[in-house]
Amino acid sequence: MWSLLNIELLKIFRRPRTYIAFGAIAAIVFLVQLALKFDGKSYVDLLLGNLNGSFEFPDEFKHKLLNGYLICFIILTALLIQMPLLVALIAGDSIAGEANMGTLRLSLTKPVSRTEYLMLKFLASVIYTIILLTWMALLALFGSMLIFGTNDMVVLRSTGIDQIPASDVLWRYLAAFGYAAVALTTVAALAFLLSVFAENSIGPIIATMSIVVVFTILSEMNISFYDDTIKPWLFTTHMVAWKGFFYVKATEDGVTIPGSIANLPAILKSLVILFGYIATFVFAAVWVFRKKDILS
Amino acid sequence: MNYFLSYGCENLCKFPCICLVFIFYFGTPVKAQTAEEVITQVRTKIEKVKDYIAQGKLKTNVAFIKAPVAHVKIYFREPNKIRIQNVSGISFIPKGFININLDNVFTDISSYDLIDVGRDKNSGLRIIKLLPLNDTSEVVLATLYIDDTKMLIKKAQTTTRDNGTYELQMTYGKYANYSLADKIIFTFNTKDYKLPKGITFDYDDGSLKDKKNKLSEKKGKVEIDYSNYVINQGVPDSVFQ
Repeated sequence: MWSLLNIELLKIFRRPRTYIAFGAIAAIVFLVQLALKFDGKSYVDLLLGNLNGSFEFPDEFKHKLLNGYLICFIILTALLIQMPLLVALIAGDSIAGEANMGTLRLSLTKPVSRTEYLMLKFLASVIYTIILLTWMALLALFGSMLIFGTNDMVVLRSTGIDQIPASDVLWRYLAAFGYAAVALTTVAALAFLLSVFAENSIGPIIATMSIVVVFTILSEMNISFYDDTIKPWLFTTHMVAWKGFFYVKATEDGVTIPGSIANLPAILKSLVILFGYIATFVFAAVWVFRKKDILS
Repeated sequence: MNYFLSYGCENLCKFPCICLVFIFYFGTPVKAQTAEEVITQVRTKIEKVKDYIAQGKLKTNVAFIKAPVAHVKIYFREPNKIRIQNVSGISFIPKGFININLDNVFTDISSYDLIDVGRDKNSGLRIIKLLPLNDTSEVVLATLYIDDTKMLIKKAQTTTRDNGTYELQMTYGKYANYSLADKIIFTFNTKDYKLPKGITFDYDDGSLKDKKNKLSEKKGKVEIDYSNYVINQGVPDSVFQ
């Protein structure tokens, strides 16, 4: 099994296009860091615009606010919407790509069941996703910490501000990246399921992205009918729950409680829903694949 | 006997005079100090401090902000230079907070009309209102609540042209001789805070619904507990740049 997994990983990492994702992430992270290094104050002015009437924001404040922790949060918010495409590029190709090249039937001649073969393929996609995420963490978190330094992290939400002491941030990023790995695995599982149906990898990749885009738009729409009916069940609603690790509890007089999470049960519920999606997608893929008449 | 009579008579004659002096000196009501006199004495006391450096713990209490208690260093130099430096983190400092020492008012007291309003019924503090003579002054009205036995400002309400009304409450301890407070509570008006969800991409963890009620509160508070004042030892220019 281990050797088969190695083969699958070799297949992924020998393809030049695999590295497009790593290059794209490096480019985006670097460009965002560069922009914020040279014109971060304008961005802070935009974010704090409607607080100008109540608070003083000297340059020293803006400089401290734009620290590595906030930069990483900004990058993650932007990138985790784009990341599904990079994950779908590999996961959507895993079965459909073999079918397209005409090697699927040959691969199934190995002494492993179809279920095992499929699980190995999926596992290889998950490992790729985790490596991609680790790459992003290295660049976005540690790179930003190196360039911008560290300080208290200020999380700007639509209805309030959560300020977390610097000493209380790193573990939250660890938890958030762990959660993001599960969220992206959900996308990988969806692309993987769609890949089973296709003979060409373009179809599953585009279909996955279309579903993610439509669901993301629905998740962000403020329509009360959707809020109560559809949104709680969309996986895209729960994919952003990594942010919940940066929402903190406070005392009655507004003092942050170190080490606290505003609503941990909500995050765990979101996690369970994502695991449910992953299990459903993978189970459906296995079920379809076992019944599928493989002709290529 | 004659001697006794003459001595007694003499003393009896002196007694009413002493009584009259006593009654005149202690019995007549003391003339109350005018508002100008009170303000002058308060100002004299405040002016004993040319500069100071103090350490403090700053607590922000605003409906839409959750923030840790900050450890700050406060630098002051007369007439009105002040800087609050967060030693380790970030602090949200409200507008108007920089004028907390009221020196802006006291440096140019002649440009205000003083109105003596009497005493506060509950606290017994002397209330003096300051009205600027200049129509374009940023301060529209300042009301001072003064302990006129110790010549300390205990509370100040300032209405400004652009930043609304803010209130300052001061508690004094061992630095009362210098008019330096051990604790101040600064109450100010806050404006609505809202960022588009399209920018923040919030995760709805259910806490937003609870929060909406609290967000209707339009008053914010900042508290500073001062300690370790270093008075009149000089503060370098570089601190205020």
